[in-house]
Amino acid sequence: MTDQQSPRPFARRHHWIVRLTHWATVIVLAGLIASGLQIYEAYARFGNRGGPYFVSPFDGAQFPHWSRLGGWLAGALNWHFALAWPLVAFGLLYLGYVVRSGEWRALLFRPRDVRGALEMAKYYLHLRREHPPQGKHNPLQKLAYTGVIALGALAVLTGFAIYKPTQLSWLTALFGGFQAARYWHFWIVWIFVGFTVMHVILVFAVDPASLRAMLTGWYRGRFPSHD
Amino acid sequence: MTKRQTPRRQDAKLHEVDRRAFVKLGVAGGLASLVAACGWDGGRLLRPGLLDISRVNDWVGEKILFSPTRLARTYSTAERSAMLPSYFISTMTPMLEDPAAWRLRVDGLVARPLELSLDDLMQLPRLSYTVKHHCVEGWSAIASWHGAPVSAIVERCRPLQTARYINFVSFDADYSNGWDMASAMHPQTILAYGMNDNPLPAAHGAPLRLYSPTKLGYKLTKYLVSMTFTGR
Repeated sequence: MTDQQSPRPFARRHHWIVRLTHWATVIVLAGLIASGLQIYEAYARFGNRGGPYFVSPFDGAQFPHWSRLGGWLAGALNWHFALAWPLVAFGLLYLGYVVRSGEWRALLFRPRDVRGALEMAKYYLHLRREHPPQGKHNPLQKLAYTGVIALGALAVLTGFAIYKPTQLSWLTALFGGFQAARYWHFWIVWIFVGFTVMHVILVFAVDPASLRAMLTGWYRGRFPSHD
Repeated sequence: MTKRQTPRRQDAKLHEVDRRAFVKLGVAGGLASLVAACGWDGGRLLRPGLLDISRVNDWVGEKILFSPTRLARTYSTAERSAMLPSYFISTMTPMLEDPAAWRLRVDGLVARPLELSLDDLMQLPRLSYTVKHHCVEGWSAIASWHGAPVSAIVERCRPLQTARYINFVSFDADYSNGWDMASAMHPQTILAYGMNDNPLPAAHGAPLRLYSPTKLGYKLTKYLVSMTFTGR
């Protein structure tokens, strides 16, 4: 019975460092976003006082009570500045691992993945019947996973630009100034949220076995575990 | 027989681990949403920890990121913002009953305590600049300020070796701010008696307020009455 249901053997897919940093980031990022939405409330627009203001659909918005952490501005700042360090630490631990182990090769989106990404997009858009052959991850996955790491780095950098706009004025200027850095820092949140929604949908729709792999490390799904 | 059993056993074990991890995840998620829903500041259990990390962040900010000589960017007067909100603790704008009797007291761990009138302060070297004001709330605004550098006061009151901080006290509900010596001695830290080429308005801390483009607005004590050097 068991053998018939599981034609593929279990494969070790995710090292404990990958699993730890993955789930820790989920929790830390949730806390950062929730405290960030509380911080946003103190000045719910972007631009110097008296204008001009950046275009934003959330001008003057207050986010629902359940989505905010900290109770008030200072409480939220305490959470935000405390959780920022674990985000950086887990990010560096993850990057250190994928670089040292060589796993970055299966994850980093490179120019040669462009053609494969287009084929994959065609498949999803029903312009192509067969699933293109792939290694551990398909090129669109590589694009998403590379992109979300870059997004994390941008979140940290824009965060520092807002945190110390005078001492790190070169960094703040790089993002177009203090109010522009706030603006990008805020938009990164919605890209993270969008990524997470798509990520969860695709896990359940395409490869539910990958959830178990991210929890236990063992994978028995329909995709290869190595390139 | 044995060969067949091995994968099955492994399978069962994995399911168990799987379930345990999933329950843990659910509990963590549940707690997280509960925490968020309560607008939780950390409570008795976590808040002290958050404040400890905040102190570490202060140390990083003061000892690693802060430069005692690097100057904040200045702007032209044409770039001034149309408005700069004013904040105070009292219910009404704090005002002196007798402005002529007002003195700034300089005391604590100093060789020479001082009592300075506004005229005395205006006799000191005068610094003017147009800089960006950053509020902890996230807003910013450009304005001009003029006044006497804190370093000029330090030169005259001669703090003792043991002095490490300055406590700036206001007559606005006794609001006060502690400053580390390096920040206070920064060349752009001034005791401002003027704003946008005019005498300091009551809403912005008349007769005298602390100003610096290197600190957030709430550190820039308004309505000053004293600065006390401490070793804390």
